[in-house]
Amino acid sequence: MTAVVDVLGWLDAVKDPEIPVLSIIDLGIVRAVRQDEGQVTVVITPTYTGCPAMGVIAQDISDTLRAHGVNEARIEIALAPAWTTDWMTERGREALRAYGIAPPVAGTCGALPASVACPRCGSARTGLISRFGSTACKALYRCDDCREPFDHFKCH
Amino acid sequence: MSLFDHVLSLGDNALILGQQLSALTGHGPVLEEDIATANIALDLVGEARLWLSLAGEIEGAGRSEDDLAFLRDEIDFRNVLLVEQPNGDFADTMARQFLFDAWHEALLAALCASADPRIAGIAGKCRKEALYHLSHSAGWVIRLGDGTAFSHDRMQQAVRNLWPYTGELFEADAGGTALIGANAGDIRPLWRQRVADTLARAALEVPADRWMQGGGRRGIHSEHMGRLLAEMQHIPRSHPGARW
Ligand SMILES: [Zn+2]
Repeated sequence: MTAVVDVLGWLDAVKDPEIPVLSIIDLGIVRAVRQDEGQVTVVITPTYTGCPAMGVIAQDISDTLRAHGVNEARIEIALAPAWTTDWMTERGREALRAYGIAPPVAGTCGALPASVACPRCGSARTGLISRFGSTACKALYRCDDCREPFDHFKCH
Repeated sequence: MSLFDHVLSLGDNALILGQQLSALTGHGPVLEEDIATANIALDLVGEARLWLSLAGEIEGAGRSEDDLAFLRDEIDFRNVLLVEQPNGDFADTMARQFLFDAWHEALLAALCASADPRIAGIAGKCRKEALYHLSHSAGWVIRLGDGTAFSHDRMQQAVRNLWPYTGELFEADAGGTALIGANAGDIRPLWRQRVADTLARAALEVPADRWMQGGGRRGIHSEHMGRLLAEMQHIPRSHPGARW
């Protein structure tokens, strides 16, 4: 028998391929793990509909479970309720900041904050450069104090 | 229209506009907008995949999202004519995007109340992305409209040229509410309000409603559609089953 808690622990080692410091647990996309008669089902929800990382993540989940002896894993994609950055863990937010990405600012979904604390120096004197970034989840800001550009993980 | 046609239409709108925006990758007027159009294209193609997969499931004939995207002929596409209008200059691209986004977000919001959980699920997911697209395109309509005399004239002309394609967005489909939970005709007041507000902030005139083009949702498309499909479908049709 595979315990659900063990599966969640293993899944914590599966990282977002585009942001390798963020586990899929921290990202909040693992919505449920079920265990019925030897069959393990992992329910995940996509971040953005066109996000190319989702296919890789599904494959990584299967590979990880197989490495722990679970050969009968099923991955279920659930669209509702729609993923939100509110589901990102506190640990995930800190990992993003340490990696140089300003974490989501609650309450700014659908719009963008005028300024986001710089993940390098903490300055609030920052400004938007580009509403879209290198991946669907990010926007680009610049810091007027340390003069560095940085990514911001958008509220969604 | 059947349920299959309704869902197909939702998928085709996103697919065709996504294809059009993809063609701008590497050709944006500035780097930030190049990234923006590529990202919006990605969202729309992602949305199209969800609707087309569902359409295939509803049809029950074993057609996949790829079969529906790449192996249908022009007459079987159910997208509105607005999304197949050419990219033109940046004002044309952004005017088209804004007129579409203002409608798309409102339609998805209405579809969130669909009794069919598959439809409500896709709508709820995609609506969040559509809202961000709308704030982006509305911002450009305002910047260009309320910019220089030159940018103002270009944006006004773009809105005027595209206006005859907006009537089709609200073509009444009597069965719509029963089948998918929303009728495009019902969201017209919200769309009108959004367009009027943004155009006012952009110092642009709302064109008068005169003759409206239609037919896209019945498979009668404009002259741009054939070329667009030829480019989009060429590889899968020339090399059936090709993989990489
Ligand atoms: Zn800084």
